[in-house]
Amino acid sequence: MNTKSELILDIKNLKVEYRTDDGVVNAVNGLDLEIEKGQTHGLVGETGAGKTTTALSVLDLIQSPPGIIVDGKIKLEGKNIRGLKDKDMESIRGNDVSMIFQDPMTSLNPVMTIEDQIAEVIEYHESGGYKEAIEKTHEMLTMVGLPPRRGKEYPHQFSGGMKQRVVIAMALACRPKLLIADEPTTALDVTIQAQVLTLMKNLKNQYGTSMLMITHDLGIVAEICDKVSVIYAGHIIEHGDLVDIFDNTRHPYTEGLFNSLPNLQDRKAKLIPIKGLMPDPTDLPTGCPFHPRCDYAMDICTKKYPEKRYRNDQHFVECHLYDSDNIKRGGVIKRG
Amino acid sequence: MDKPLIEVKGLKKYFKTPYGMLHAVDNIDFDIYKGKTLGLVGESGCGKSTTGRTILRLLEPTAGKIFFEGEDLASFSNSKMEEKRRDLQIIFQDPFSSLNPRKTVSQTIMEPMIIHKLYKTKAQMMEKVLEIMEIVGLAERLVNTYPHELDGGRRQRIGVARALSLSPKFIVCDEPVSALDVSIQAQILNLMKELQEELGLTYLFITHDLSVVNHFSDEIAVMYLGKIVERASSEELFNNPLHPYTIALLSAIPIPDIHYKPNRIILKGEITSPIEPKNVCRFVNRCGYATEKCHLEEPELIEVSKDHHVACIKEVIEMNANKSILKN
Amino acid sequence: MDGIIHNNKKPTDALKIKQKYKKQSQLKEIWFRLKKNKTSVLGLIIILIIISLAIASGFIYDYDEDVINQNISERLQSPSLDHPFGTDELGRDILARIIYGSRTSLSIGFTTVVISLISGGILGAISGFYGGRIDNVIMRIMDIFLAIPGTLFAITIVAALGTSTINLMIALSISGVPRFARIVRSSVMTVKDVEFVEAARAIGANNLRIIIQHVIPNSLAPVIVQTTLQVATIILTIAGLSFLGLGVSAPQPEWGAMLSSARAYMREYSYMTLFPGLAIMITILALNLLGDGLRDALDPRLK
Repeated sequence: MNTKSELILDIKNLKVEYRTDDGVVNAVNGLDLEIEKGQTHGLVGETGAGKTTTALSVLDLIQSPPGIIVDGKIKLEGKNIRGLKDKDMESIRGNDVSMIFQDPMTSLNPVMTIEDQIAEVIEYHESGGYKEAIEKTHEMLTMVGLPPRRGKEYPHQFSGGMKQRVVIAMALACRPKLLIADEPTTALDVTIQAQVLTLMKNLKNQYGTSMLMITHDLGIVAEICDKVSVIYAGHIIEHGDLVDIFDNTRHPYTEGLFNSLPNLQDRKAKLIPIKGLMPDPTDLPTGCPFHPRCDYAMDICTKKYPEKRYRNDQHFVECHLYDSDNIKRGGVIKRG
Repeated sequence: MDKPLIEVKGLKKYFKTPYGMLHAVDNIDFDIYKGKTLGLVGESGCGKSTTGRTILRLLEPTAGKIFFEGEDLASFSNSKMEEKRRDLQIIFQDPFSSLNPRKTVSQTIMEPMIIHKLYKTKAQMMEKVLEIMEIVGLAERLVNTYPHELDGGRRQRIGVARALSLSPKFIVCDEPVSALDVSIQAQILNLMKELQEELGLTYLFITHDLSVVNHFSDEIAVMYLGKIVERASSEELFNNPLHPYTIALLSAIPIPDIHYKPNRIILKGEITSPIEPKNVCRFVNRCGYATEKCHLEEPELIEVSKDHHVACIKEVIEMNANKSILKN
Repeated sequence: MDGIIHNNKKPTDALKIKQKYKKQSQLKEIWFRLKKNKTSVLGLIIILIIISLAIASGFIYDYDEDVINQNISERLQSPSLDHPFGTDELGRDILARIIYGSRTSLSIGFTTVVISLISGGILGAISGFYGGRIDNVIMRIMDIFLAIPGTLFAITIVAALGTSTINLMIALSISGVPRFARIVRSSVMTVKDVEFVEAARAIGANNLRIIIQHVIPNSLAPVIVQTTLQVATIILTIAGLSFLGLGVSAPQPEWGAMLSSARAYMREYSYMTLFPGLAIMITILALNLLGDGLRDALDPRLK
């Protein structure tokens, strides 16, 4: 597997727990994630799967207590960044890695003008003065398609889509090596979402920013991601590029996600939901955590967590249905 | 042909704001036949939720008539309306805020029966509660749990159960699945569809999610800034959208298929203000087809082919006819 | 729908099923959550001790003999086995007077708060639920009352109507009304816009039912907290007024009045001021601790 280009982010065996009065929430359970330079990596999963926890771990932003990173390595461009001192971490946040949150309404300060907020980030991380920072801010605003003169306005004067652009401008202000976007378009209308996604795609093409795109929407993944990791109960259960995941789906959970979606071409097609509910993270099922909801569950699934099985040098599945042989053939699963 | 179960004529709902009248719903008409679903689609602030609430008189209409089985709901007194609510129910979007946190599952489902004095004894009501819980797929053991102990999917089932407990004829579904995860969303959609088939329910299905509405509805009405801009059967609307806004909306859906390359129309600009709108086409600022005429007068909703209504100028409709955008 | 689902369960079975899954009541859950907060449990215990002492005081001491009767031969004695808190300038046992004094403070405190809670609560609920002109009229009147400091208002009423416990209670109740009206109003206003109220309207509930079943139970938490804090405030005000000679009249024992009369002897007989002062302080502290704990325990969403 030497064909892989340089990794911008390399997470190995990450384990995160939230220790609450009601028990230990096992949010992330030995997760591996590799993001290659210049690529957009989709992290797909449902509420409580551990998507956001993973992202917050990278920036060491997990609220502690109750959250605690129990184990794992996090490397940014080959350099370990786990357990850094607060001061060192601060220079990474916003500078090397920045994050866009789901709700643009709450991630802006309502009493500061837009340009001051962006300039603040630039001033903090770069040596130039205020004037230089404002100049750069105007550049950033133009880049995300906002007229610089509107920089003098306050967040409440902007619509949702425009606020999210401001947030993107702020996140990109210091030309980060990695941009983490946590459901950046979930709060937006579909036409505005299309605008923002197009913008993000263009930015990636122009500046080659690497991106971790957290989403629950496979449509968005199909649109802007290069690689996809499907996360369930804190494990990456399937990983590959778009062709691997969309056309050669192997894991029953990934399949279930596809079958739950209404089909636009065939509106009469019946939805096939995944049975049951997300497991309680304080009391995860033994073996493979998906087995109580899985239609293919076997005896071994309740006992042992499955190992990675590779279909090609990148596409892997963690499922007992496969051995190194049958994963390369058509596989067990049929699209519903 | 039968008369429709619900018929809305010239419905208006304005809100007073410090800056003038906000035209949330501005003169809309539609009808729904028994056992059918009308999907009402649009983006936030287009007035779709207000429409649903005004039909049920949770908001008082500013003008217009709402015929339900031939009677005008808008003319009912408050107490008569309270009685009529047996037949008209609503399922809310947010399964967290739409349930009283201090009432157990059985209390919530039972309350409508108490209000309308459907049964004589508590035991009879309890029996009915258990029956409904079974229908919507809530385990018996949950009777005495509180909403905060349950997850979003189960809470939404309580919402469905509460609506069903009065055996209504018509249900307004206000984004019933948008707060739920994909796998749970499919469960609830299937449940609602089964209920419709078994009980002959009629739905007004309000949503911003076009792929869901296409799957769920027989007919779709697209709303933009308080107006219906296009209305047609789901099949017709998705295969032959005529209004520029509908086309933009459909092209913006992210589709989970990597071989599909959408011919995306990116709308410029943002939605205009619904406060005291001018008498011109409300979409004109964002429309790629806009002509001078569009700035002068407001197009009316006209029937261009059987059961396909569009509010746009003739030239544009002709240009867009049979130009499917969803095919690969 | 009746025809579609056939269920073999008899009605009586249904109630049994409900019974089978019976869980602890919400009251028990609140207690469970309150228990986690150690300091508020301490507050609760102290209050319970004070209340039971107040109730049991008749069995421990004889009112006429120990509390009222002057006994010059035993005046100004330091704490001893006979008189654990010593005696005052008229030879009365300070412990007995403090215990009997708790009756006065607690009964006036709780009664006035209940009166202001009910009247303020109703006004606030109407104001918050209906809004508009009704809200405006009620709240402006409340503002007028709020502009007058509670103690000053009480002094005025007592001065005008004469010093008596009843007049004192009237004055304190009235000054408490606007506080409760404000709190109930704001919490009703938040709750009435939540979707479940709309849902209740959608199933045909009328305003009265909506207010009683849905709005009030969900707006109680801040009110209960305010109640405990208000009891503390009232006890403090009574003590203050009695200290000024406008509260409870002698020889009825009252903590504030005791402090006032002990003032002259503070240098030589400091215990005379110490114990009534401690009684006031501990009671107020306990009520405040309990109030804080209740705020968290009453929210079912916090666990």
